[in-house]
Amino acid sequence: MVPVGWYMALAAALFLIGALGMLLRRNALVMFMCIELMLNAVNLTLISAGRAMNDLNGQVAVFFILVVAAAEVVVGLAIIVAIFRRRATASVDELSELRG
Amino acid sequence: MGKRMVETVIFVVAAVAALAGAVTVVLARNPIYSAVGLLGTLFSVATLSVVQLAPLVAAVQVIVYAGAVMTLFLFVIMLIGVDKEETRVEPLPRQRMWVGILAGAVILFAAGAALSGEFVWVPAAATAIDQDATNGTIQAVAEPLFTDWVLAFEATALLLTIAAAGAVVLAQFKRKRA
Repeated sequence: MVPVGWYMALAAALFLIGALGMLLRRNALVMFMCIELMLNAVNLTLISAGRAMNDLNGQVAVFFILVVAAAEVVVGLAIIVAIFRRRATASVDELSELRG
Repeated sequence: MGKRMVETVIFVVAAVAALAGAVTVVLARNPIYSAVGLLGTLFSVATLSVVQLAPLVAAVQVIVYAGAVMTLFLFVIMLIGVDKEETRVEPLPRQRMWVGILAGAVILFAAGAALSGEFVWVPAAATAIDQDATNGTIQAVAEPLFTDWVLAFEATALLLTIAAAGAVVLAQFKRKRA
């Protein structure tokens, strides 16, 4: 079987790409997708570590992450749509009312 | 050509697909391409879950993520419009440069630690994987879910209700008259 380190390295790479996208992109939707990317990388680590440790609780934890991610997407996309209806933009740089 | 070989081939294919999808998410100019790239990554992670004896997680991943969440994403992309070009003007050039240098240093350190050979990915890993104990069938996953984790499970029900109600409230936003 494939060593668990390979899975962990893949998950780390996915998380890194997601974090970079979060820092580099300005489109709120794409930033949101990068969050999903990072959540998926964490799911992969939980499954891999759970298997390596002969423990099913890792898979249970993945379910809770999925639920939280679904709730987060629902509220986050609703906020993005509300912002768009008010400002006609999806760029996070345009939202600077709170600047001191 | 044994079991090990099969898992290696599947891992390589799924890993390449996952990384390609992730890079597409970040680099694509059109959010639709980003969404499709994310879909590829989600499917690849689901494949890797199946390989690692987590079929229920993989099924839920495809149904919830690739089904519901991605549909929602695509709806919002269509609603907001994809023809708007992203601004490439840097509002914080110096801060970004320093963050980039810091991130590069951290990445180099992590890669060096991983490649040195003395890094242990999972310190508490068992010497041999028990195929029966880690097989995530519906029964096997449901047992801890409804015993040890039942409080968290009930809390997720509450969380989903609150999220749905919050989305409805946000959708009813009305512009006040100036």
